[in-house]
Amino acid sequence: MRDGVPGASRQARGGTPTLATTEDRIAREDFVDLKLEHHTTDGIEVVDVEGEIDVYTAPRLRELLIDLVNGGHYQLVVNMEKVEFLDSTGLGVLVGGLKRVRAHDGSLDLVCTQERILKIFRITGLTKVFGIHDGVDEAIAARKSEK
Amino acid sequence: MPTVEMTFTPLPAHVRTARLVATAVARRSGVPEALLDEVRLAVGEACSRAVEVHQEHCPAEPVRVALTGAGERFEVVVTNTAVGDDGMAWPPQPAADGQDPAALPAELGLAVIAGLADDVQVSRNGDGLSIRMSWPSGTRAG
Repeated sequence: MRDGVPGASRQARGGTPTLATTEDRIAREDFVDLKLEHHTTDGIEVVDVEGEIDVYTAPRLRELLIDLVNGGHYQLVVNMEKVEFLDSTGLGVLVGGLKRVRAHDGSLDLVCTQERILKIFRITGLTKVFGIHDGVDEAIAARKSEK
Repeated sequence: MPTVEMTFTPLPAHVRTARLVATAVARRSGVPEALLDEVRLAVGEACSRAVEVHQEHCPAEPVRVALTGAGERFEVVVTNTAVGDDGMAWPPQPAADGQDPAALPAELGLAVIAGLADDVQVSRNGDGLSIRMSWPSGTRAG
């Protein structure tokens, strides 16, 4: 199926480069659907997410968030600057993570400046639920200032 | 007749493939570039929902997707054959006042679709449910 519509994807000219890039990446053997990394900065666990968060990959993010909370990390920042796709399953995982850290008086903030990702948060009203920041440093600084 | 028609086994891994094909056909049909992300997301939501209900009610049956781009609008119909899918959450209801905003609606996917496609119809189709969505397109399709 990967080779089903090669002409169609190559017709994009001067359009949305990010989308075309995504299609090209999917067509390659080394396509990585979701990449997760995390590190601690100023006592806050920063989760860097890259790729697509959908019904197929979201369980991996859910497992990581659960592992972090079970490991005693209750201050989380999820960096979504390299997220290329997010659907309602991914939203559900983020809300689930938020509920888990809140149960320990913790926090889960997001870093996101991509309009197409932010739009999904607006449609679902979740911009009122999450702290959404322009960068990891801003998210950490905002969290520190609230302590 | 749809421009492209596909069926896939109800597994999450195939939803991305469906998104990819739908986006490619939408582009070829002349859907403006600015709307392609909406097509991709809405089709993904509809397919994710279909996979979910199929896995619950009829895991051996395929999910069907029909993409039609020959007219003035690019139309996508995602059909499931799950008898137990009552589709009662359509149209999505806004959260009630005082409700925990983090309490997600049961049909968040439908809420996203409603926010993305300017024309959405949910109807019973035989045993299952069809979600029909459309966007403006050009006349390049064939």
